[in-house]
Amino acid sequence: MSAPLYEYGLFGESTSLLVALVIGIAFGWFLERGGMGSATKLAGQFYLTDMSVLKVLFSAVVTSMLGVFWLAELGWLDLPLVYLPPTYLLPQLAGGVVFGLGFVMGGLCPGTSCVSAATGRRDGLAVVGGMLFGVFLFNESFPWIEPFYRSTPMGQITIPEILGVPFGWVVFAVVLAALAAFRASEWIEARR
Amino acid sequence: MTREPRPYSSPYLAGFGIGLVLLLSFVVMGRGLGASGAFSSTVAAGMQSLVPERAAALEPYAVFLGDGKSGPLRDWLVFEILGVILGGALSAYLAGRLRRGIDMGPRSAHRTRLLLAFSAGVMMAFGAKLARGCTSGQALTGGALLSVGSWIFIVAAFAAGYAFAPLFRKQWT
Repeated sequence: MSAPLYEYGLFGESTSLLVALVIGIAFGWFLERGGMGSATKLAGQFYLTDMSVLKVLFSAVVTSMLGVFWLAELGWLDLPLVYLPPTYLLPQLAGGVVFGLGFVMGGLCPGTSCVSAATGRRDGLAVVGGMLFGVFLFNESFPWIEPFYRSTPMGQITIPEILGVPFGWVVFAVVLAALAAFRASEWIEARR
Repeated sequence: MTREPRPYSSPYLAGFGIGLVLLLSFVVMGRGLGASGAFSSTVAAGMQSLVPERAAALEPYAVFLGDGKSGPLRDWLVFEILGVILGGALSAYLAGRLRRGIDMGPRSAHRTRLLLAFSAGVMMAFGAKLARGCTSGQALTGGALLSVGSWIFIVAAFAAGYAFAPLFRKQWT
């Protein structure tokens, strides 16, 4: 088997949209199952009362990272064909800060705001509306933002590449860090 | 819905499920999950129907217009987010958690909460546009692929969340 299947031409663009719908349904399902549609639960992460965001995010990252790593090692997944988001150092640093401020202000992120709205919450709908208006504002002010937006490009680069160490070493380090973070989270929640 | 809502699953189990979905997306599509891109497509579609010249001329709209043969809403992330909405609603329905309301801290007021939620959406749109992705496209997808920029985004977003948390303590606790 050679994957990614779409990149190897196993199905066309129309089918890919059906795949998107099915993948989205599963994504939304697990987000809701983990309580990620509830703003108060998500906000608890920042007041150390509910560590679910960290647990969900790191379990997901570790699961998928290990899967990608081993499938690539076994030669079943052609990793260079998997789209890697490019790095822009300063815009992503500043974007992260602005995003984090919005996250603690609203208690939801773009994906979870859709789940929140879909499960009947009006605050989720307000975040969705704010996102749409924010994208409009960003697009309209793009000529002024553009120089910063394009600054410090580093290309499609991974942590093992920049450190000059084998991919597996960083995978192992992230697994250890996640296990430590899980342990710390359980301790923080038990303390209260 | 009159049933008692069932408690949420273990966050580790939910995260494991999301990880498998993300892995499936890598294997089947060669791309990860996303959310903010669907908002960009929606806004581009709106601008194209209202002021088509502006949508074609300004880059952040134009890149979401596609090849011009089909509309901007015929897009992978738009379909994925439609799925998220369906999947989220289905899961909540089956667990008796589907109900109208506003999720907020005990000391907050409806108006304040909705106003802050809307403003938060505006902020996150700017942050996600600058970073070229949000918690889904950067933190989950780029995080699993060990992208440098994605991990910078994760650390910056969490650090800012904790740094600004005291400002919104009254809102949540």
